[in-house]
Amino acid sequence: MDAVELARAQFAFTIGFHILWPTLSIGLAWFCTLLSFLWWRTGKPVYHDLLRFWMRLFALSFGMGVITGIVLSYEIGTNWAGFSRSVSNVLGPMFMYETLTAFFLEAGFIGIMLFGEGRVSKGMHLFSCLMVSSGALFSATWIIAANSWMQTPAGAVADADGIFHVTDWWQAIFTASFPYRLAHMVCASFLTGAFVVAGVSAFHIWRRQHLVASRAAFSMAMWLALVLAPTQIALGDLHGRNTLEHQPVKLAAMEGLWDTTRGPAMTVIAWPDMAEQKNLYALDIPHLASLYLTHSWDGEVAGLKTVPPADQPNVPVVFFAFRIMVGIGLALLATAVTGLVLRLRGRLFHARWFHLLAMGTTPLGFLGVLAGWTVTEAGRQPWIIYGHLRTAEAVAPVTAGAVTTSLLIFFAVYNLLLLSFLWFAGRTALKGPADTSLPTRERPGLDRTNVGLSAASATASASFSSSSPAAGTLEQAGA
Amino acid sequence: MIELMQGPHVPLVFAAVAAFCVTVYVLADGLDLGVGILFLAAPRDADRDAMMASIEPVWDANETWLVMGGTLLIAAFPAGYYVLLPAFYLPIMFMLFALIFRGIAFEFRLQATRFRFLWDIAFFAGSLLATLCQGLILGGLIGGVPMQDGMFSGGPFSFFSLLGLLCGVGLVGGYALIGAGWLIWKTVGATQVFAREIAHAALILTAVMMALVSLWSAITVPEVAARWFALPNLLMLAPVPLATLAILAAIWRGIWDGAEPRTFVLSLVVFALGLVGLVVSLWPYVVPRHVTVWDGAADPQTLAFIAVGLAIILPVVLAYQAHAYWVFRGKAAPHAGYGGETAPHGGYGGRAAPHGGHGGKAVPHGGYGGEAAGSAHP
Repeated sequence: MDAVELARAQFAFTIGFHILWPTLSIGLAWFCTLLSFLWWRTGKPVYHDLLRFWMRLFALSFGMGVITGIVLSYEIGTNWAGFSRSVSNVLGPMFMYETLTAFFLEAGFIGIMLFGEGRVSKGMHLFSCLMVSSGALFSATWIIAANSWMQTPAGAVADADGIFHVTDWWQAIFTASFPYRLAHMVCASFLTGAFVVAGVSAFHIWRRQHLVASRAAFSMAMWLALVLAPTQIALGDLHGRNTLEHQPVKLAAMEGLWDTTRGPAMTVIAWPDMAEQKNLYALDIPHLASLYLTHSWDGEVAGLKTVPPADQPNVPVVFFAFRIMVGIGLALLATAVTGLVLRLRGRLFHARWFHLLAMGTTPLGFLGVLAGWTVTEAGRQPWIIYGHLRTAEAVAPVTAGAVTTSLLIFFAVYNLLLLSFLWFAGRTALKGPADTSLPTRERPGLDRTNVGLSAASATASASFSSSSPAAGTLEQAGA
Repeated sequence: MIELMQGPHVPLVFAAVAAFCVTVYVLADGLDLGVGILFLAAPRDADRDAMMASIEPVWDANETWLVMGGTLLIAAFPAGYYVLLPAFYLPIMFMLFALIFRGIAFEFRLQATRFRFLWDIAFFAGSLLATLCQGLILGGLIGGVPMQDGMFSGGPFSFFSLLGLLCGVGLVGGYALIGAGWLIWKTVGATQVFAREIAHAALILTAVMMALVSLWSAITVPEVAARWFALPNLLMLAPVPLATLAILAAIWRGIWDGAEPRTFVLSLVVFALGLVGLVVSLWPYVVPRHVTVWDGAADPQTLAFIAVGLAIILPVVLAYQAHAYWVFRGKAAPHAGYGGETAPHGGYGGRAAPHGGHGGKAVPHGGYGGEAAGSAHP
């Protein structure tokens, strides 16, 4: 591989790994905010149990997001100096505003969110959750504004040296594709979060443990999924038609459409052959693509051959990633609808096969997000700024050896991180939420957790989750 | 607004803001990198628990200033970003790897049981390596980077210099001193005694390395020597090293019997003076001796756009970060937060609240893994 390919491989790997965690933490942050709100309003112990449980998992995913995100903010300079030089006037401020309005907000309140119990009121805790989850949304907003500018640049002109200068900030931030891409990504995060909550809760229901909390969470997650899954498909349709308008070549790659056609067929599956510039083994449904792309029987859709092969993206990658994403979206919709049917028949908490199914959906959101980003990023190639700057011209003057070294280390380190995360998060998730919502006598056995609990309630210490004898003693002294 | 951004004074304002962000980063992350450097030197596991608990709520915000520095650089002084980052490719990458390990150690150490020592090592080694890399970058910056046609033109190892190594060891000493000062303030008992003892070693290392770095950069980088030793600069700048010496002596005298925050606060002042010295040596360059702050600044319309945010949002950020420190003021307590499942569900900030538990000792927290928390109960 040459230096460009290595730099692309490193960026694709590090950003692909990174995007998993914001996806999860945006979803879980808002779920924790919802739980904190319910706990604040109702005071029901089940919400507190769930809040503490999901905050633990949120904290792990947030930590992974922070440390893998710092890498990216530097990689744009270390590996893509040509790109930074060209676009810093436009994108630099967006990155800075992301730090200023999002990262600081999250970092400033996450300590209170995670460790503040006992030091702040319930209302302040809710406020901190709200700040952290808003920070996560602001972060997505700025970074998608920057990415959208790379897809559909506007509001800036390039000078003779290829350096962009902003002429209109409003246009540069609110580009043509920005609202669709933002909505699609945020909805994907919520949907992924909902199915993670559903999957973990389903496991405990299936094991017949932590039933009160798990049923509450499962029910909430399935309601959310029922709203979010069709919303996401509708947003995807809007986004697709926006792509048709502004990035026709990317859309043609998604559809596997080589020739400009009136009333194009939908290609369900095929092998797009770039050398032959045609599909092999295609299974087509006539006129269907025309219907969902142009909302007419005989609409015209531009094909890949409108640009020379050198300006085409890697068609098979985009084509198959798109099918994976859509397939996952439909599977999640089917799961959500099945959940509704079971709920209406009063079987939601009892159909054990459905709990197994829900567990199986846990990773699907992440795969969908990765597939979707592959579609949009690989579909933009060979451009790094669509129509303006080629990826090959954007790299830094760094030797292939240095990049190979860092890429290999990233690969090793990130795999180790993923294993550690799965180990610790998995252990926490499988252990499940606490059962303080159950009356003591209904709980199995008089275990030490019980003793600890009754001792704590005996001292009526209303604030502290004492996790060591010394702290408990202190607290009793205080009380 | 854009007209306002075209005067020659404008880059100075942004340079001041950038210097401010770097200072805040060095001071804030210095304290938790320093705690990490001292981590394995602490004699007991209980000390390590207390040390980690003391920085747990704030480290994330501290490290965010590193991202702020990077993103402010690309927004306000892009030349600094796209020349310096490739120039320091390897030390930056290894700093990031190190920060990954120490960052994740915060998350995983408390959950680990049998292999907790591995995360202890990761936290220590990550902190140490990140600090050394920062020193290498600092030394390389003072020495200057090769540049041609507006881009970095050196090789992957051209960052390396003896000066960088000296800076790295100096930063290890300095961060350890800040960390020890922080622990004297935030912990009690044996942990505090440990911090006081190790503060001496850190102080000596800091003082020796500051002297060596100053001397060596004056010898090997003629521009730096010219800046400091030409008259009348020599007389005008003399207060900087003299004040540094005086404060180092004051720290030494107060480690055992001064007020508890004293070591911490004075070590921050030493660092601030060190940064003043650095600015004197490098002014007015973004890329030393190639690109000045005037040549390297972004477009006026870009500066105008970020000026609004910096003026309005940065004070708010500082206010709520101060608020977070305030919430977790006093001695480090075991964190009450997200963890032991034995939590009474009485609520946040109920009757016995807010500060029932943290007035006293630093208690090893049972952890948020749940198991340790459960077994800790009688």
